[in-house]
Amino acid sequence: MKLAILSALNAERAARRPVVVVTNIESGAQRLVLGKDIGGDPLRDVLEKHLRSGKSGTEETPEGKVFLTVHVPAPRLVITGAVHISQALAPMARLLGYDVTIVDPRTAFASAERFPDIRLIAEWPDTALPPLNIDRYTAFVALTHDPKIDDPALRHALASDCFYVGALGSKKTHARRVERLKAQGLSDADLARIHAPIGLSIGAVSPPEIAVSILAEITARLRQAPEPKP
Amino acid sequence: MTTEANLLARDDEILKAAEDWRKAGRDVALATVIETWGSAPRPVGSSLVIDGEGNFLGSVSGGCVEGAVVTEALDVIESGKPKTLEFGVADETAWKVGLSCGGTIRVLVEKVE
Repeated sequence: MKLAILSALNAERAARRPVVVVTNIESGAQRLVLGKDIGGDPLRDVLEKHLRSGKSGTEETPEGKVFLTVHVPAPRLVITGAVHISQALAPMARLLGYDVTIVDPRTAFASAERFPDIRLIAEWPDTALPPLNIDRYTAFVALTHDPKIDDPALRHALASDCFYVGALGSKKTHARRVERLKAQGLSDADLARIHAPIGLSIGAVSPPEIAVSILAEITARLRQAPEPKP
Repeated sequence: MTTEANLLARDDEILKAAEDWRKAGRDVALATVIETWGSAPRPVGSSLVIDGEGNFLGSVSGGCVEGAVVTEALDVIESGKPKTLEFGVADETAWKVGLSCGGTIRVLVEKVE
């Protein structure tokens, strides 16, 4: 591998941008394809497939047999609300490989006793969320049921290109939320991004079951949707 | 941090080390798992960085074949020619260290130039 390719690869990884190294197994020829350039690459179909799954692998192509080393940023989950569901959701999400952060200004909820080993930020969303740099490999959920906390958090998430936005609450609760956020200037297109009621419909009752339904929906968005344009 | 996150962090460290070592003037080779059959211990894309003195960082098999890869890497550093290696990891050594996986891996070793 050329040092220039390696340096560029490390720079892209550090910036949390997806990138693929294409190595021709017969000739040893190598090139770096940035996520944003995949649409114009001769191998775009296989590159897109690998980027979506996040898996490296060997492919037979018109260029010969190539090995694709896929570098996709680790997915993140930002949870607003250090609530009961979050106590199940956070460890489950970590099992799935997510880097988890919980934001809740209520220190009685956001305590290390309730969330051992989870990154907690006991601040209001307007303070806590901007430094997290929510990007398109981030899933965002709002679970407090409290509009004072959930609404500003959702506004922040919808201003980003995160791949999933979910909000807890019944259809009725969500309808009221949509009215409030509309009054605050959010567009119908923005509001349509919110998955609410949150999670796949599996008849979940207990907090851990609700966590399963949320993670199933997040997984579907991560793996099934076409890669969003950078 | 999760196991998954640790693995990712380690991949970051490996590739960064490969860059830093080379920039510091050391001879460097990079070994990458390019194919696996059966339940191999490390997934495709896992990497190992080796320098001309035989120092290494990372893993392609969780410990079974790193020694052999390092030896081959020194050849690659010398010749400058990439090499593809194949290992079955279902041997006695694998059993001893608890990897009864029965898998096979193919590893690409290339010089960082």
